[in-house]
Amino acid sequence: MNDASERTWTRKDLVGIEELSRDEIELVLDTAPQFVAVSARDSGIKKVPVLQGRLVVTWFYEPSTRTRSSFELAAKRLSADTLSISASTSSLVKGESLHDTLANIEAMHSDIVVIRHRYAGAAQILAERHDSHIINAGDGRHEHPTQALLDALTMRDRIRAVRKDPEAGLDGVRVAIIGDISHSRVARSNIWCLTKLGAEVVLCGPRTLLPPRVDEMGVEVTTDLKEAISRADIIYALRIQLERQQRCLFPSLREYIRLFRIDSTSIQAAPEHALVMHPGPINRDLELAADLADGPRSVILEQVANGVAVRMAIMHLLINSGVET
Amino acid sequence: MSLLIKNGHLIDPASNRSETADVLIRGKRIEAIGKNLDGDKVLDASGCIVCPGLVDIHVHFREPGYETKETIESGCRAAARGGFTSVVTMPNTDPPIDDAGLVEFVYRRAHEVGCVNVYPAACATKGRAGQEMTEMAELKAVGAVAVTDDGSDIDSSWVLRRVLEYADMCGLVYLAHCEDRSLSEEGVMNEGYNSTRLGLPGMPKAMEESRVDRNVRLAELTGARLHIQHISTAGSVAIIRDAKTRGVRVTCETAPHYFTLTDDALADFGTNAKMNPPLREAVDVAAIKQGLADGTIDCIATDHAPHTITDKDVEFQLAPFGVVGLETALALTLAELVESGVLTIERALALLTCAPAALLGLAAGRLSEGGPADVTVLDPNAEHAVDPKAFASLARNTPLAGRTVRGQVRATVREGKVVYRSDE
Repeated sequence: MNDASERTWTRKDLVGIEELSRDEIELVLDTAPQFVAVSARDSGIKKVPVLQGRLVVTWFYEPSTRTRSSFELAAKRLSADTLSISASTSSLVKGESLHDTLANIEAMHSDIVVIRHRYAGAAQILAERHDSHIINAGDGRHEHPTQALLDALTMRDRIRAVRKDPEAGLDGVRVAIIGDISHSRVARSNIWCLTKLGAEVVLCGPRTLLPPRVDEMGVEVTTDLKEAISRADIIYALRIQLERQQRCLFPSLREYIRLFRIDSTSIQAAPEHALVMHPGPINRDLELAADLADGPRSVILEQVANGVAVRMAIMHLLINSGVET
Repeated sequence: MSLLIKNGHLIDPASNRSETADVLIRGKRIEAIGKNLDGDKVLDASGCIVCPGLVDIHVHFREPGYETKETIESGCRAAARGGFTSVVTMPNTDPPIDDAGLVEFVYRRAHEVGCVNVYPAACATKGRAGQEMTEMAELKAVGAVAVTDDGSDIDSSWVLRRVLEYADMCGLVYLAHCEDRSLSEEGVMNEGYNSTRLGLPGMPKAMEESRVDRNVRLAELTGARLHIQHISTAGSVAIIRDAKTRGVRVTCETAPHYFTLTDDALADFGTNAKMNPPLREAVDVAAIKQGLADGTIDCIATDHAPHTITDKDVEFQLAPFGVVGLETALALTLAELVESGVLTIERALALLTCAPAALLGLAAGRLSEGGPADVTVLDPNAEHAVDPKAFASLARNTPLAGRTVRGQVRATVREGKVVYRSDE
């Protein structure tokens, strides 16, 4: 099952993790390592001609540096042409409907359109109507599938290295996701991805930032950080946003730190082998102490490196799987 | 020249009639109801139910202000096609119907169209702003049948108390849209598992229930009549059932979508299933049906809320709330309430005819000799798929497209004139 070349991708788009099967997720994870190798070439050209002559459009309605850069770099390393459209800078988008804007983009013969949007469902409604391959780069609080895939790849790499088992998966691995679950598309995509891969997921955050009935997604839920991380193999801290405090969702950053920060004191409740992850950008010393972010337990920069490879893998699969659009 | 509706199964809930009978119409009135009658022109109703023209006390016809969505004319045609001969229009137009001249405008347009009876509800507060009450005595004098700020609640309990008292003095019922907007972060759907899964901001049931409760308390305090619109939750049913037991003068309605669909209907971010209050959960659907069966819920009203395809063809969170209902209400009532055994056909038709008419004192919703010849002929067995393209409404926003339903209006007669026929 480890040979990615024998399995095929059958979807036109990558909209969310919820609808993917375990096999599909594993196909992406197994396709990514060859692209990790491309980016890591010490000498020579960090590029392959997989998408030569193709047009990849990154279309971001929300400001984003890291995700957009990662997608653009992925496209360029596959030799695609890239075009970048921002809602804030483009007259194309102002006052125009989402479908009309995409129709205009498609008139320029786009092959892949990567969309980041502040509202849930944007990628899905576009994918259903238009011919381009749509990649969801984050839609409101709904999903951020490539983030979950790069996180899973990062976790799997580490588990395989630690267990010295090149076939190891995430079955039975326990992941604690800490912070603002309610507003987090990263949390939702990770919940789907990790549970499908057989991992145990425990969510932890202030009661006010845990969405209703989230346990029905197949996860444990607690407001006690110690309990959440006590048996965790991986501690995944989410970015906390100050404006949530103004919405009366927690009293102060000071109190958030007291209850939920991952730092050298709180992490003592976790097993010694537990790794620290974060989707970035980090609020240093807020949800995650600086020394842990920079320390040996942190795999945060591996996440970033894997992000480019996973996005290369997805673009390759979407274009080269032979799915008619 | 007379019109004879012959050989139908006549059901008139107001007089408890349910039997084979002919209806003879002369001019705008019913001349006779009986067996073996003769008339000049015959409408054969064999195999059909003949009932009073249906009454919907909650529709949005968008005129003036939003004529791209619906007009009084297109709304009336949709009503006729759905078997309705009397509708109460909501005042959340632009400008809102908050003075006598605007009430008269609605009547004039409806008269020009000449299709179904249109009874305007006027605003309870000026500009629907929830601050100063409208001139209700004058509004009543020119024909407003109720007052409401539909689309929003009156947030100030002080203002609502005075509105209830003053409206009651004027002989007007206040129609309450119960919603505490402060309890949601720009919510767009029911708060529950599905909102968590879809990442959409939720509207907890308590948004509705806390205001149903408050409004009932204010009705109790003032002794005034209160009608609660479009209840959607099990909790609202329980609060109203309890209030009625205490003798509070409260009535309520629900809409067909609340006894038909749950929030599973918007799993694909389909904006046609976005309405306010939102589709709830199976437990609520069951409670709404129970409330209809035990009389807690007094009538069915569609909350017909037309929007253009352009309005709805956007990101879910940007789409306006609302679903059309006039042309699907009867079939859904037959399928979800009658076929499933919740209500008898007679009782179901009462909730669409004499019951809503009685709530607002409308001279409609019954068949009687000498009474207005507003009659609907429907074939309860005609199976068909909901086809929004066939709607007479300008709007197509329904999540029911393609759903197989049974029960089709064959003819709608208003004031003796056939205003809709399915075979024309």
